[in-house]
Amino acid sequence: MDKQELLKAIAFNVVQGRVEAEDEGFDDGLEGKPGVTELVNQALEDGVEPKEIVIESLTKSMEEVGEKFERDEYLIPDMLASAECVGVAMDILSPHLLKAGVKSKGKFVIATVAGDLHDIGKNIVAIMLKGAGYQIIDLGTDVSVERIIGAVKENEAPFIGLSALLTTTMRVMGEVVKNLEQEGLRDSVKVLIGGAPTSASFAQEIGADAYCKDAFDAIDVLKTMAV
Amino acid sequence: MADPGIWCYNERAAKLFQAHGAKVWEDEKSISPCWRVTFPAGLIKEAVAKAPTRLVLGARKPENSLLLDAEVPRVYFGSGSEANIWIETEMEEFVSVNDGDVKVKVPRHRELRGNSALLSRAAKLCDRLEHLDFFIRPLNIQDPEITPENHDVNKFFASLNNITKHVQAGLTTLEKLNDVVRMAEIIAGGVEPLRQNPVVSFIACVFKSPLQIVDDTAEKVFSIVESGLPLVISSSPQGGSSAPIQEAGMVAQINAEILVGITLTQLIKEGFPVLYGSVPVRARLDDLHDLYGCPEFNQYNIDCVQLARHYQVPCYSTAGVGDAKVPGMQALFEKLLTHLYMAMSGAQYIHYAFGLLDRTNTFCPVQAVLDNEQIGKIKHCLREPKVDQAEIDDMLRIVKKVMASSHRLYARFARKAMHRGDVSNPYRFEAKGLEDKVIENALTYMEQLETEPAEHLDQAIQEQIFKEVPGILPSLKAY
Repeated sequence: MDKQELLKAIAFNVVQGRVEAEDEGFDDGLEGKPGVTELVNQALEDGVEPKEIVIESLTKSMEEVGEKFERDEYLIPDMLASAECVGVAMDILSPHLLKAGVKSKGKFVIATVAGDLHDIGKNIVAIMLKGAGYQIIDLGTDVSVERIIGAVKENEAPFIGLSALLTTTMRVMGEVVKNLEQEGLRDSVKVLIGGAPTSASFAQEIGADAYCKDAFDAIDVLKTMAV
Repeated sequence: MADPGIWCYNERAAKLFQAHGAKVWEDEKSISPCWRVTFPAGLIKEAVAKAPTRLVLGARKPENSLLLDAEVPRVYFGSGSEANIWIETEMEEFVSVNDGDVKVKVPRHRELRGNSALLSRAAKLCDRLEHLDFFIRPLNIQDPEITPENHDVNKFFASLNNITKHVQAGLTTLEKLNDVVRMAEIIAGGVEPLRQNPVVSFIACVFKSPLQIVDDTAEKVFSIVESGLPLVISSSPQGGSSAPIQEAGMVAQINAEILVGITLTQLIKEGFPVLYGSVPVRARLDDLHDLYGCPEFNQYNIDCVQLARHYQVPCYSTAGVGDAKVPGMQALFEKLLTHLYMAMSGAQYIHYAFGLLDRTNTFCPVQAVLDNEQIGKIKHCLREPKVDQAEIDDMLRIVKKVMASSHRLYARFARKAMHRGDVSNPYRFEAKGLEDKVIENALTYMEQLETEPAEHLDQAIQEQIFKEVPGILPSLKAY
């Protein structure tokens, strides 16, 4: 494959949601053929610029996936498969991009707050944001306020995403915001919250910057936020 | 069957039973000619054993054919009854008396007298309902031009010209059997092709409960059996009036009626394809009308399915009739209660399942659309579980892969199952907000289905039918 064919093949496989050769993809008959992992590695070996892979293969293809979702052609698992492809590609490309001085869209600290072990929604947001070009620092579940603040400081992250499924744990989100204020970090960090019991009014009540109803909403909200 | 036996008002049937060892004597107390018949156990047992375990019900489109096997609980659902009334539904907007800005849409219903155009419309709609497997005319045709003489040819033609699935009905008059059979032969492509692909079959309620063989229906059975086309021997006693309301009594009686009917078919022609047709119902005790959405209905019907399985004859069973007058919560409750139970009982062929309301007195097309969605979900529930070595290996591979990932999320691996149709969709008519829009959404979906073109018979076939089969209304021609 020449460079253009490789870039096209990566884009095609992102749309198909094929992380690696053994994945079946959306269309029939793709199993066994190289997926995004194999193709991105091959592109780097062939000397293709990492930045070109990001722009030509990853960004454009995710836009196509988004359109397919809008048309009800794709469902959530399809979107996640494509986002995972981009995430995997970014893992491979990151060291090369750093060397070339290319930055991600920003560091995003994400966590399910203390007392709460639910992480499906948080994981979906993490996958989608990684696919959208953010550098994800996933702290996991049942994360204390102190650990969240520590991660923000350590990484100088401009974004925090907080998740909770329980009405008893959602209050911890408010404590995070208060602690950010006490630490003098509030103006440098945008706080996004989400999870079944939360709402836009709750976000306002605790002083968060935005409530996101799902991962797609989070991507849209982030586009409007300049830190 | 040995005691008290049955009361047979058809001499030919009585003599046939007698010739095969039944004890027969004239009932001198009866006003109409009547023969009392008692059966030695062996006669019934041997005759029923000759009925085929498997049979095929054909269709205009061969892929819509049904394979009924008494030993396999493969469940098919279809329409039924012959209601006089069609219920048409429209949404109407109402404004709140408290707040003029608040508007709600409410379904409003009106009754139309059944006719051949509406039966055609029902057949066309039912062809589009993916979970309806066979069509029994749900509506009686009462056009001014319809007479007892041309009723059969018109109801069969209106059905067959608008649906590509199996068509089944009772005969209004025996005299028109040959015309209906000829119509079916033209559609199937000849006498032998019709035997191979019986696009039509018949229903005969040979018994008037309790335990009385009806003269003219028995004659129909003789003729239909001679025609070779499949036949349902159907019985519909009402617990509390024409049968005991107690489960044991109801089931013993209906079983006796059906088995004697099946015996009659096998004595006329051994190996004739017949269905065990059970439609036991319970009486309301306030007015003695039928009561369908009640536990006893399921109990009676499940018992019959088990008996049919015991005799290894495919079971024509019953589910999905509402006592409710209009689509809504009551209809949903009554239909789900019986649709689900009867499907789980493993009946091979479940009629009455689409669109019937007000017991069996009305057919409502939007209700048929709602029933279709419900039956689709039930069919999905009852799919054979996919557990084989390849699936187990695949699942183990996925578990290992996900557990090795940072996010431990299985969503990506749902795709394969999702795309091959193994995962069901959400309820088709759900609303997004704090409102119930089920009927409105179902109506919109029905309108969409009804704009799709009908798959009519070829013009040449229609012309040939009109040439050879007299009495069909010209308005039913459609190309």
